[in-house]
Amino acid sequence: MATLETSRPAASAAAPLFAGLSLRVWQIIGLAAVLAAACVLPFVISSYQLLLATQVIVYAVALLGLNILTGYNGQFSLGHGAFYAIGAYTTAILLDKTGIPYWATIPMAGVLCFIVGFLFGLPALRLEGHYLALATFALAIATPQLLKYKDFDFLTGGVQGIVISAPDAPDGLPLRADQWLYFFCLLWTIPLFIVAWNLLRGRTGRALVAIRDHPLAAATMGIDTARYKSMTFGVSAMYTGIAGALGALLAQFVSPDSFDFFLSVRFLVGVVVGGLASMTGAFFGAIFIEFVPNIADLLSKAAPQAIYGVVLIGCMYLMPTGVMGLVRALGHRLGRWVAR
Amino acid sequence: MQAFLHQVLSGFATGGIYASVALALVMIYQSTHHVNFAQGEMATFSTYIAWKMISIGFPYWAAFLLTLLFAFVLGVAIERIIVRPFYKAPVLSVIAVFIGLLLIINSLSGALFDYTIKPFPSPFPSDAWYGGPYLSPHEVGMIFVTFVVLALVFVFFRFTPLGLAMRAAAENPVSSRLCGVRVGWMLALGWGLAGLIGAVAGMMTAPVIYLDPYMMFSVLLYGFAGALLGGIDNPWGAVLGGFIVGVLQNIAGAYLVGTELMVTVALVIIIGILVIKPSGLFGRPIVTRV
Repeated sequence: MATLETSRPAASAAAPLFAGLSLRVWQIIGLAAVLAAACVLPFVISSYQLLLATQVIVYAVALLGLNILTGYNGQFSLGHGAFYAIGAYTTAILLDKTGIPYWATIPMAGVLCFIVGFLFGLPALRLEGHYLALATFALAIATPQLLKYKDFDFLTGGVQGIVISAPDAPDGLPLRADQWLYFFCLLWTIPLFIVAWNLLRGRTGRALVAIRDHPLAAATMGIDTARYKSMTFGVSAMYTGIAGALGALLAQFVSPDSFDFFLSVRFLVGVVVGGLASMTGAFFGAIFIEFVPNIADLLSKAAPQAIYGVVLIGCMYLMPTGVMGLVRALGHRLGRWVAR
Repeated sequence: MQAFLHQVLSGFATGGIYASVALALVMIYQSTHHVNFAQGEMATFSTYIAWKMISIGFPYWAAFLLTLLFAFVLGVAIERIIVRPFYKAPVLSVIAVFIGLLLIINSLSGALFDYTIKPFPSPFPSDAWYGGPYLSPHEVGMIFVTFVVLALVFVFFRFTPLGLAMRAAAENPVSSRLCGVRVGWMLALGWGLAGLIGAVAGMMTAPVIYLDPYMMFSVLLYGFAGALLGGIDNPWGAVLGGFIVGVLQNIAGAYLVGTELMVTVALVIIIGILVIKPSGLFGRPIVTRV
């Protein structure tokens, strides 16, 4: 796994200064600026652009989920579209059949996905590399068919899917529905990223990376590999499921064919492009999978997939650590150049 | 009883397709321990080439043979150009590359030959004498072709020096290299053969399920299931597994779950095998040296 190293920025130890401030301070300033920009964004762009921006946030959560599993824990999943689908359908069905308010359906979707992911992770414990990829590949291909199955029609609406209405902003907030949805997604995304960050930077994260890099050595060190791996599967599915639930609110519609094999492939592409084992990479990946097909669609129907394919192979050749790996490498070089 | 027999026999016929795909997968797995996710798309693309040739006036069997040649060259070219640099790369990169290949070839089929569903001719006339109450002539032909392919593959690996060299290269690359076997080219040849066998499967299955860019998706899945059932490192086991999966799928489709959940049957078989006996019926258990 030499190509997937998570190189901690050496800068924090050596602490080179840029314009008198350490890298850490610059990172905090950057983060605050991004957050401020994210809060202003819905008031300056058109509704269509806002829709795209919200979708990017939702995808970022889904990619973070897949990245926890694949990037940090080294378990391969070609079937995360299935968990996204479960999350989306949970929210849609609850909104359609029960009176549960929309904000309460999101955690329910998360919990359900955690359980399903955990259960799927149990047999997956025995599988490695190719075998796990195979099993999840099958899951991805079977998902639309299961959603269409006629005995579940009363719940899933069959081929037609379910139409849901977008939530309105709570009383007293001067926001349009789409602006409120953006903030609602953002309100879910920020805590989810903070939780993931705390999870991954400490003991748990080190255990996950150890299992990825050398399962046997990790077990020898006293890490309960089975528990960590199945829990990781659950947490990963939960993140992707929550993203699916938010995505359903955003699209106001779920149907079996929007959760086909290519959705899972998009997630994979996003993770690879953004950078395996990188949290910020999730946003780059999300931007990529949201905008590139939109642009490529103008050329031809086949173009988006071809571009995904070329990018996947190209990334593996040229920058196996993705955009964030590239940024990190450039940052190191810059740091060395400044220090000279 | 008659209906049951019919289901079993026609399952046997589709099983032949799965057996061919499984054999193609095993051929690549044995030598490199890579599972080729693009196998189905390579077959679909080759089938499109055959369709093109037939539609501009080639006789069927001429188009068939030319397509086999094309599929072989395609397999070798993909191995030499795209897969070779990842020979020793981590599993993750290899799978990503295969998925990339799958996407590229799939969209190439779509872009060059468009996405409309096309009928594909069968070389076996529908009123031929070998058709019977249980099997259509095409199904009989499919079984026949599958067995011819299997026999040829067997003869090639068992009785020719090149086949021996390929087996040696898969078994022990380092020693083979020291004996003068060009291991790199043997791998490429394996890819070529896998492409060729896949193309046969594609051309045999297209008359039944019609030709479109996504044709081989589910077939590939059943091929995986067959290969896993028989043991993914054992060619004969994989072939047998392919036939068993074909029959199982047909019976399950007719009596248990209906045709809508056919792919889910493959999912259940795959996960079931991986959980209960990951090495399959005839495979070797995986042993890793610490």
